Amino acid sequence: MKLRINGQFMDLDEKAITTVEDLLHSLDLGVKTVVVERNQEILLKEQHAATPVKDGDTIEIVHFVGGG
Amino acid sequence: MLTIGSQQFHSRLLLGTGKFSDLDIQSRAVEVSETEILTFAVRRLNLSNPREENFLERLDLKRYTLLPNTAGAVNAEEAVRIARLAKASGLCDMIKVEVIGDPHTLLPDPLETWKACEILLEEGFIVLPYISDDVILAKRLQKLGVHAVMPGASPIGTGRGIINPFNLEIIIEQAEVPVIVDAGIGSPKDAAFAMELGADGVLLNSAVSGANDPVKMAEAMKLAVQAGRLGYEAGRIPVKRYAAASSPQEGMITK
Repeated sequence: MKLRINGQFMDLDEKAITTVEDLLHSLDLGVKTVVVERNQEILLKEQHAATPVKDGDTIEIVHFVGGG
Repeated sequence: MLTIGSQQFHSRLLLGTGKFSDLDIQSRAVEVSETEILTFAVRRLNLSNPREENFLERLDLKRYTLLPNTAGAVNAEEAVRIARLAKASGLCDMIKVEVIGDPHTLLPDPLETWKACEILLEEGFIVLPYISDDVILAKRLQKLGVHAVMPGASPIGTGRGIINPFNLEIIIEQAEVPVIVDAGIGSPKDAAFAMELGADGVLLNSAVSGANDPVKMAEAMKLAVQAGRLGYEAGRIPVKRYAAASSPQEGMITK
């Protein structure tokens, strides 16, 4: 399946990745706190496991960086 | 004590976390500054290096309150989206509303800032708008219910210090919420000056991160904020046109 993640098109295995949680695991983020938005809908961490990812989805994965 | 919303802080210095050259130096600067509130920006994760070390991971989140900003937003809609993303982290409910109206001066757009504040207040955020030193805007935002106002001393990153103390003083005089002077602070004297004017706090970033020795400057800023606050509380002497001798005028042996 093709997803658009942070503006980049990525081809992912739709058998291995069916939820947002799977997607985050596959990205190997370690301990990072990230927030995910799927098709403009912001997800709480608790929603990651139950939120499906589907072909054509637009995903934003953001985090806190240094800023003033 | 500085009170924002229902939270109380001992330190009146708020520190930005941007543009530090090195995470170790940054950690030490934050430590010696004794700040309790740190600002952050919300950005896309770099997918080609998702495990890249990040300052937030080093922080003991029990000791610091996070104040994410909406930097990058040019209108209310974008600011609200960034604020919601920040809150969804579960790490904070404060937001620095920053809606930039012009890329050269980085001055905030008052109308879009206003709209964003209105929406975010309704959603239960603790809202701290970054604004110009506009007396009426500060008043109007306060009426809207913001939890603090953050007028700039001068444009972001310029280090020009306080260019309109007159306006800042009036904003402070009429404020019923904390006034935090944000942006444009260049040196400790600027931070002390802001506090002497009666500001409740100072938010700065580049003045520390860009200093030759950020750790030493962080300490200098801590002391400047404390000195300025003490001076304000002590009440300074009036400014006079002519000299007034500090030694007694009576009993002089030369008369």
